[in-house]
Amino acid sequence: MNLWDYIYNLANIRDRITDWANGLFVGWVVYLLIALVGIVAILIFLVPSLMAFIWIERRLVGRFQVRYGPNRVGPFGILQPVADALKVLAKEALTPADADKWVFWLAPVAIFVPALLVYAVLPFGPRMSFADLNIGILYVVAISSLSAISVFMAGWSSNNKFSLLGAMRAVAQMVSYEVPMVLSILGVIMLAGSLQMSHIVQEQLDRNVWFILIQPLGFMVYFISAVAELNRTPTDIMEAESEIVAGYHTEYSGMKFSLFYLAEYTNALAVSAIISTLFFGGWGTAPILDKLPPWLWFIAKIYFFFAILVWMRGTLPRLRIDQLMGFAWKFLLPLALINLFVTGAEVLVWEEYDLAAGWIIPSMVIINFALAGILIVAWTKLFQLRRAWA
Amino acid sequence: MLADYGYVGLLLIVAILFPLSTIIISFLFRYIRVRPEKPDPVKASTYECGVEPIGPAWVQFNFRYYLYALLFVIFDVETVFLYPWAVALRQLKVFGFIEMVIFMLILVLGYIYGWKKKALEWK
Repeated sequence: MNLWDYIYNLANIRDRITDWANGLFVGWVVYLLIALVGIVAILIFLVPSLMAFIWIERRLVGRFQVRYGPNRVGPFGILQPVADALKVLAKEALTPADADKWVFWLAPVAIFVPALLVYAVLPFGPRMSFADLNIGILYVVAISSLSAISVFMAGWSSNNKFSLLGAMRAVAQMVSYEVPMVLSILGVIMLAGSLQMSHIVQEQLDRNVWFILIQPLGFMVYFISAVAELNRTPTDIMEAESEIVAGYHTEYSGMKFSLFYLAEYTNALAVSAIISTLFFGGWGTAPILDKLPPWLWFIAKIYFFFAILVWMRGTLPRLRIDQLMGFAWKFLLPLALINLFVTGAEVLVWEEYDLAAGWIIPSMVIINFALAGILIVAWTKLFQLRRAWA
Repeated sequence: MLADYGYVGLLLIVAILFPLSTIIISFLFRYIRVRPEKPDPVKASTYECGVEPIGPAWVQFNFRYYLYALLFVIFDVETVFLYPWAVALRQLKVFGFIEMVIFMLILVLGYIYGWKKKALEWK
């Protein structure tokens, strides 16, 4: 194997290290060593990406708001995240006198743990998952919903009315958007017939169709509810500056505050990665540029979806809490249920007839896009009618 | 397969150590005089936009929040049942599909009842 093979699929490097280590050490040392290599690889990807994301977001939002954004530290302000990191490390850490000290200290740690754990199952390329669990997407759903607890810990322990209000709102919102999010993933699982992340990607590549084409409604529901779970601007009622100061992290300062900030970006990165895995063919390449490594494609897709998240943040105003809850329970949930039934019926049709039949996938694409359009328009009209009556 | 769960466990250890180490580094900065440490009762008081806080923050809350939590539990338990079904749908064929439609219809009935009773309104 030449150098390009190692760059093309980084799993080859892992295999090479395994071969080398097997000759030298006993089994469990090799196991730990490979785990260490994987963790270091995740951190090498994660830490620069987080810094890049913070910089991209601040620059882009600056442009959206017709100002410059950070442009003093380094060329184009690219070293701003480094300067910020040093600054928060050197900040005095304040603990409010009446706070529940232990929970107050634990909350920032507890919010970062699930954010990082999600990266265990992300398939960066063929054989390039850190731990390719066969319950992959279920694991992601389970782990990522833990962050509601740490947000509540932070809000409760601060002994601040703003914090508690923010935490209550956060939990109510996260819990509400959890339901449509979990339901919308089911369509993809039915089509792929597996919970394993690498299997879901492989299924899309084998059938030459990205699941966004068969699941437009599922994608819409997943995207909106995942963004809502991120607590970013269109849906950030729990840290609405104009209402409740900074919500659940009002009392936090220094490094503990920046852990909340980092966890938000880590989650945004993970959501972009999961969207590209489930709906956009993961590491799948475009036909012309398939000489590029698959993991580069995956990372490019992640950055693309993050740019869309920033775009949403720059464009949409903040929703009111009753609008936000009503949107989850009355708009997204029924659509997700309908999507579930339709996809189930389609999978059965697909299974009944020859899988290779050329007409199945195009007709599914047309039917589902038409259905998604009709349903979204009809449901929106229904809401407008109800408002007119009220 | 179990080996993969071991990897997740090892990542969990790193995921706990990473934020802890940043807090500890920030704590240690105090000793090389990078980080200031000047405690003050005003600094440690609860922030309420400069006004003296009245009473504790742990107060009674709107019942709405708990109602949503109840709804969430009902729907989430049901979706957990759907996950294994979705994986096995290709083997279960039409029978499994109809079973699930019946299961879901019972839930949808409750959902419509809740909607009519205005349990989904935020007031």
